Amino acid sequence: MSDLNPALAVPEIFMALSALALLLLGAFRKQEAAQGITVLAIITMVLAALLVPAGGGMRSLAFVGMFVVDSFAVYSKLLVLLASALTLAMSMNWMRKENLERSEFPVLVLLATLGMMMMISANNLISLYLGLELQSLSLYVLAAYHRENSRATEAGLKYFVLGSLASGLMLYGSSLIYGFAGTTGFDGLAHAVTSGAPVGVLIGLVFVLAGLAFKISAVPFHMWTPDVYEGAPTPVTAFFAVGPKIAAFSLLVRVMVGPFAEMTQQWTQVIVLLSIASMVVGAFGAIAQDNIKRLMAYSSIGHVGYALIGLAVGNQSGIRGVLVYLAIYLFMNVGTFAVILAMRQKGRLMEGINDLAGLSKTHPMMAAALAIFMFSMAGVPPMAGFWGKLYVFMSAIEQGLITLSVIGVLTSVVSAYYYLRIIKIMYFDEPVEALDRDTSPGLGLIMAVNALLILVFTIMPAPLVSFAGSAASALFGG
Amino acid sequence: MIQALVFYMFAGITVASAVMVITARNPVHAVLFLILAFFNAAGLFLLAGAEFLAMVLVVVYVGAVAVLFLFVVMLLDINYLKLREGFLSYLPTGLLVGAILLAELALVVGSWKFAVDAPLSVGSRVPDMALISNTDALGRLIYTDYFYLFQASGLILLVAMIGTILLTLRSRPGVKKQNIAKQNARNKASSVEIRKVPSGGGI
Repeated sequence: MSDLNPALAVPEIFMALSALALLLLGAFRKQEAAQGITVLAIITMVLAALLVPAGGGMRSLAFVGMFVVDSFAVYSKLLVLLASALTLAMSMNWMRKENLERSEFPVLVLLATLGMMMMISANNLISLYLGLELQSLSLYVLAAYHRENSRATEAGLKYFVLGSLASGLMLYGSSLIYGFAGTTGFDGLAHAVTSGAPVGVLIGLVFVLAGLAFKISAVPFHMWTPDVYEGAPTPVTAFFAVGPKIAAFSLLVRVMVGPFAEMTQQWTQVIVLLSIASMVVGAFGAIAQDNIKRLMAYSSIGHVGYALIGLAVGNQSGIRGVLVYLAIYLFMNVGTFAVILAMRQKGRLMEGINDLAGLSKTHPMMAAALAIFMFSMAGVPPMAGFWGKLYVFMSAIEQGLITLSVIGVLTSVVSAYYYLRIIKIMYFDEPVEALDRDTSPGLGLIMAVNALLILVFTIMPAPLVSFAGSAASALFGG
Repeated sequence: MIQALVFYMFAGITVASAVMVITARNPVHAVLFLILAFFNAAGLFLLAGAEFLAMVLVVVYVGAVAVLFLFVVMLLDINYLKLREGFLSYLPTGLLVGAILLAELALVVGSWKFAVDAPLSVGSRVPDMALISNTDALGRLIYTDYFYLFQASGLILLVAMIGTILLTLRSRPGVKKQNIAKQNARNKASSVEIRKVPSGGGI
């Protein structure tokens, strides 16, 4: 236990040092260096992603039990790094066109990603909190990044105030848990609650759950999501929608099935409630939206609800479903945001859903890619999104959570309406004014690759599912 | 006996000045009472044998935070009396919420039960305080058991700094700034020019 064992945290240390080096580089160079720094930040994340699998396999602890590496951590870290690198790559062209290039942007994204990796590897309530704060603080700044835009600063302020409240709730819960269980380490907590948890621990756990539910924007802690998604600059919204969600979800899974596995009876009720509420609000809230960023916000709330079903099941196959779902969610969302980033008319940014009218005639490839993403999000068989939902629902039915599954299926039918509406607008409406043609090659490539990955998963889901399966088994001592 | 007296003095003044912080009409007085509360809290730490915490409290809270508050109070033109107008009308609701929370917490305390071996797993090893100083003991923990957390906190503070600069720093063109290197580099040749003025001609 007295071992620091820093070799396990090599990817994190590498990320931290690179972020510092890039920060210095940006401070000494003029603003023109911003693009080069963004490229270097992407390279850093790719290198870190190559370093991550080295720690996998056996579950091992570092930093006196504060930091854990297992195949679950490897899986989630790879997803997070992939998400951050892709969104950063998508942002480059957009930022240049909007004249928003600053060298601090990639550095903050790097530090936020580092925070996410620390969250995923947390094995102590304190390291959990510090990882979460590192990530959140970077995100607050990124939300207000476009400081001349009043909507962006409003988004940043809203996110900051509500996020601080959530952090406060979580800290209060952590203090209750520490007070009653006598330790903050996850291993110690698992031991402390084996023979019946005191009611204080339960109350603390509910507070921690509320804080984490805020971070994944599960209903009823979702109020900030539409406003922040709409107000923040689009590349930042794309970043918010993917990486932090995956990281916070992994953290939630680790906390629930790790130290509090003995209390499954108690927390399942809370998770089921969050799940149903998120699915319903996600499905009905999105119907009336005209702005595609707000629509994506409600869509992500809905997706969180579906993924929570897997956690509510709480066994190995449920968690495997969650992990598969998160991976597919990543590709669908990154692809969709690549299309949103390409939406411009005569150089002006477009965010309305009706601006997509007639896209199939003016941009057939882009329309086809978006159609694939929308079919997949709606869960239309045989697209990837359907398989993601199938794994989650299957594990829920095996466990006897029939009501939850039925509500899930019904809400996904409702949500299919607004996903299919986008396809209808693209293919059957007359274009009012065509979108600009000069989509950057990078964006086009990302759309194509994501669409291709979703199609590949449709044909052969086995590799991803087995990877997710081994990651899930790491949490259950298998 | 003496120690108990000193304790009650520090504790009494802390509580009294804390009450004054929220009741004082003049915001500057409120900040000054806050400083008094900090000093007395530092005294309480000293009595408990935590001299490092006492010093840090004075340096950080009195030296930095309270002074910052004073700046904010004096520089920002905020009408505090207006801000407080609704205070009394919110009081019943606030008291009600507080009472409910208190009752709930009392219920929790009523069923107060620790996990089985909670006292065993509490905290970290405490070294023999007769042998090493407070600062030494804290340093040994921070740089060993809590090394990871210490570094992570450092990164968080760095992000806070980057964020503040990114969101507030504006480079304003046309502002006259003093450049000492440039001033020092001036010499007679570059700054004084001698012209021969022909009589009746002007320059």
